[in-house]
Amino acid sequence: MTEVALPTTSPVLGVRAHGDTGLLVEVADVAHALALHAALRAAPPPGLLDLVPAARSVLVRVPPGTDLAALAASVRAVRVEAPAAGTAVAAGPIVDVPVVYDGADLASVAALTGLTPAEVVAVHTGQLWTVAFAGFAPGFGYLAGADARLTVPRLRVPRTSVPAGAVGLAGEFSGIYPRASPGGWQLIGRTDHPMWRPDRDPPAVLTPGVRVRFSERAS
Amino acid sequence: MSLRVLATGVLATVQDLGRPGRSDLGVGVSGAADRRSLALANRLVGNGSDAAGLEVTAGGLVVRAEGRLVVAVTGATGPVLVRRPSGRLRPAGLARPEVLALGDELRVGAPDRGLRSYVAVRGGVDAPSVLGSRSTDLLAGLGPPPLRPGDVLPVGDETAGPVPASDSVPVSAPDDGEVTVQAVPGPRADWFCDDALRVLFGRPWEVTPDSNRVGMRLRGPVLDRAPSHVDVELPSEGVARGAIQVPASGQPLVFLADHPVTGGYPVVAVLRDREVDVAAQLRPGQRLRLRPDPVRKF
Repeated sequence: MTEVALPTTSPVLGVRAHGDTGLLVEVADVAHALALHAALRAAPPPGLLDLVPAARSVLVRVPPGTDLAALAASVRAVRVEAPAAGTAVAAGPIVDVPVVYDGADLASVAALTGLTPAEVVAVHTGQLWTVAFAGFAPGFGYLAGADARLTVPRLRVPRTSVPAGAVGLAGEFSGIYPRASPGGWQLIGRTDHPMWRPDRDPPAVLTPGVRVRFSERAS
Repeated sequence: MSLRVLATGVLATVQDLGRPGRSDLGVGVSGAADRRSLALANRLVGNGSDAAGLEVTAGGLVVRAEGRLVVAVTGATGPVLVRRPSGRLRPAGLARPEVLALGDELRVGAPDRGLRSYVAVRGGVDAPSVLGSRSTDLLAGLGPPPLRPGDVLPVGDETAGPVPASDSVPVSAPDDGEVTVQAVPGPRADWFCDDALRVLFGRPWEVTPDSNRVGMRLRGPVLDRAPSHVDVELPSEGVARGAIQVPASGQPLVFLADHPVTGGYPVVAVLRDREVDVAAQLRPGQRLRLRPDPVRKF
């Protein structure tokens, strides 16, 4: 066998100031955000406090007084293997999540996607979702799937309260509300599967890499 | 040794410096809204900077010492009294160590300046630690619930050194008029029209009563998006304390200690880190003026 050198590349498309203690680093997609996140975790720049990987960016937080220009240079110097979509996180365990598909926005999701409600359920249950990143609130995982047919915008006017266990869609992601909170995702169903277990560390059930298989459950 | 809670006012919580480093798990930093005032209170009683104390919003806290305790009150200024078991009242100093004897009550009254008072107790408030912090995060539902009358707060024994010898430190009271803070434009200033940026930095904003530890809503003219970004959806991205987010309403919101880890609306500017402590002392109705830092390119 011959050794093939893996191509390495900078995932950084742009760097923007986020106050005097942070840089918002723009990348192409979730896969590149997670690759950059992993590289910065493995070799942290001086003073690194916190990293927030997200859909198209990584927020890098440092203490006051840190030289942001030097930080930007070290972030731009990071090289990662060009990640294929959806392969940036090591595949974790599979969590089975039973869902009652009676969400208030199921009909409008069907209308937005050109599917029937039954087809929306079939597409949601018919693929393995991967936790791309956590965010919004403790226990909330942004779930990325391989099938783009369920891509929908957020609600124009967010709900002031979404119940715990609500299963929703927004952008290219699906997600499960770990506790009652305001929210703008399109709700398609609900589950009673716990998303946050305070007795465990980490307490979040959906950590990056964990895969989720949804199944339809009768109410 | 403990403190018994007799009254709390509208909101009193246990706070330390929070849970940094866990944002990639969706766990925000939280901690004291005015970190500088908590740090000062801790220093005045000989605690380490990460000791937990009490954050009191708009006064109203009454706690009774169950043992001899050394405390210090900082942050908002207003009447602070000690009531002896005999019923005699004596004024307690702000920003200086005060000894409470067994049975003494510490009463933190409604502030005349500022919004949030901090009470440190020598040894620290020994509430249960969750994910490395004793802070109450109201958005995430982490840490001890807000204090209620009847709660008994154990006092720990971790100190960093003796109680400092000097009687008090000079601190300036929070301003009660218009307050100016510095903010760094961006990261999404380009989503807004030039007029919106002129308005953001050109006139004072009113702090609304619809403000809490999560964020402070400001009232003023609507900030319009640039024509290129009307109806454009922002993919969720990380936000930090001090971020000024502009939701669909066009009315800005300044994120404070318990802000969400990610947000889906553009952040037009971010307060300089030290200014967030200043902002956390603003009262509803007070006016806030934002002064822009020079734009930096990276």
